[in-house]
Amino acid sequence: MEQRATASLWEWANPVKFLRLSGWLLPWVSWGAAICLAVGLVWGFFFTPDDFRQGSTVKIIYLHVPAALMAINIWIMMLVTSLIWVIRRHHVSALAAKAAAPVGVVMTAIALVTGALWGQPMWGTWWAWDPRLTSFLILFLFYLGYVALWEAIENPDTAADLTAILCLVGSVFALLSRYAVLFWNQGLHQGASLSLDAEENVHDVFYIPLLVCIAGFVLLFVALLLLRTRTEIRARRIKALQARERAA
Amino acid sequence: MLLSVHDLAVARGGVPVLEGLSFALAPGEALILRGPNGSGKTTLLRTVAGLQPPLAGRIDAASDAIAYAAHADGLKATLTVTENLTFWARVFGTGDIAPALAAFALEDLADRPAGALSAGQKRRLGLARLLVTGRPVWALDEPTVSLDTAAVGLFADAVRAHLARGGAALIATHIDLGLEARHFDVAVCKASPRAAAEDEAFL
Amino acid sequence: MIALLARDLRLAVRAGGGFGLGLAFFLIVTVLVPFGVGPETELLARIAPGILWIGALLACLLSLDRILALDWEDGSLDLLATAPLPLEALVSLKALAHWITTGLPLVLVAPALGVLLSLPAEGYLWILVSLALGTPALSVIGTFGAALTVGIKRGGLLLSLLVLPLYVPTLIFGAEAARRGAEGFSTATPLALLAGITFGTIALLPFASAAVLRINLR
Repeated sequence: MEQRATASLWEWANPVKFLRLSGWLLPWVSWGAAICLAVGLVWGFFFTPDDFRQGSTVKIIYLHVPAALMAINIWIMMLVTSLIWVIRRHHVSALAAKAAAPVGVVMTAIALVTGALWGQPMWGTWWAWDPRLTSFLILFLFYLGYVALWEAIENPDTAADLTAILCLVGSVFALLSRYAVLFWNQGLHQGASLSLDAEENVHDVFYIPLLVCIAGFVLLFVALLLLRTRTEIRARRIKALQARERAA
Repeated sequence: MLLSVHDLAVARGGVPVLEGLSFALAPGEALILRGPNGSGKTTLLRTVAGLQPPLAGRIDAASDAIAYAAHADGLKATLTVTENLTFWARVFGTGDIAPALAAFALEDLADRPAGALSAGQKRRLGLARLLVTGRPVWALDEPTVSLDTAAVGLFADAVRAHLARGGAALIATHIDLGLEARHFDVAVCKASPRAAAEDEAFL
Repeated sequence: MIALLARDLRLAVRAGGGFGLGLAFFLIVTVLVPFGVGPETELLARIAPGILWIGALLACLLSLDRILALDWEDGSLDLLATAPLPLEALVSLKALAHWITTGLPLVLVAPALGVLLSLPAEGYLWILVSLALGTPALSVIGTFGAALTVGIKRGGLLLSLLVLPLYVPTLIFGAEAARRGAEGFSTATPLALLAGITFGTIALLPFASAAVLRINLR
């Protein structure tokens, strides 16, 4: 039976179709990411005025804010793809979650390191147990556990099932930790004076290059995700072909 | 029918090993599974016991019909023979363990820790567990491993008594138990070589 | 159901490791801390609730890989899975047995170890209450981690990596309650939140644990 090309979104969950579409998309997304990042970062670093209070250190937001945004959103994306795997059992979905996790680790690490670099001149310390920083540190640990579990299990479907459930349970506990940390820090410090919220302090001159940078990071993530998912699919395909050779 | 299997296909590690299996067990019947090592007898028994999902086909049996015994006996070394057996009797909600001890000549060992038993004695204790499950269908995987001739005789008697009580047994074994039973060579149902189910989408 | 609990408790007593090891570890951690931070009573008194909570948490972690791995190795887990006991009940009972053999003794000796750390007089009651309320959550969460890693050889380290981040909220609320109690503030809010986490995990997490155990058994 012949199906129309636009029959369903789920068609793209077929590995072969996904490879075809992603192969076509990848160069566009990659170039988009490169252009957005180049424009946004150069604009942000060299063509915006220094902040009257923070001086030139404020410019680290062009790395810090997009990385932090991606760190959270990649986890949410992993949660969604894990759910799709659990419910509809599309292999591409599980592999996309697997492919996204290390990118998430790196984004979280970038957010933490740039935060420390920014914190040094601003707060006079590399690290403060500010609720926001602490939450990111905990998120980092969740990412590490998730990646480690994928690595530890041999059977790919078992690994996909177990990591998906870990992702669901982990998401609940990550949320709980976020509120716990907010509660915990209130009990210690005044909190608010230390917690410097980047978004609130951003003026229009900084705002547009920041948006460009965020777009660049999103495109960069999509490009990496497509690339890594394609690699995972091909690795599985090689394994499947080898298994067929052995069986024949 | 206590157990009937229709057009069953089973997989080990995702790779199909047996397909097109159909058989049925009525009360009092035993079926001996034969086949070379690696032919899928263990996988078939695990699937019938409900430990892994079938790849295709249907298994019709009451949810509490099957008692499964595998290579590992599930014994705790620090518990005595009686304690081990009483535990399983209570888990399965049956009472008396004395007949099970008697059937496998374990009375003299009743107070010994399972860790101090020989391999054959452990095996006898593992098989005695079947009697306390109170379940009608026994699915046994190489039950006679490390048993001596006398113990094999005890085991065959236990199976015969179980069948006489209206039970049934599905036994994978290589030795002749002297039972009145049908034999079934699983090799005839060997699955055609193909990819693991989880790999199919990638070919 | 009682049979399984009774067996696990009996095994813990016979094998010796259940009660003894966790407690000894808790004692050692508590003894080592003053060597690390110095003997000033004032400092020790201030950090005592936190040290006791972290010590209890680590002692709990130590025995998690025994919850299911031993039954997995000797084949009992396969047999239990075919028994008339839902896996959800099985993992709940395993968690309960772990709590009775590990969590409960830790709760009971914590005040005694508080003496070593010059815990203020107001603190004894609250360290007892917060640990009694929080350690069941540690056992239930730990059972989930044990079910996730049961099929993995030498999964102990991975188990710690998976479970420790999940312990964060419990530790925060539990230690906060103990600290507030020791400093003479109201403990109602952190205790309520801690109770919420404990009861929430007891009610929901066994379903996740049973699901991953089912996947691992297949």
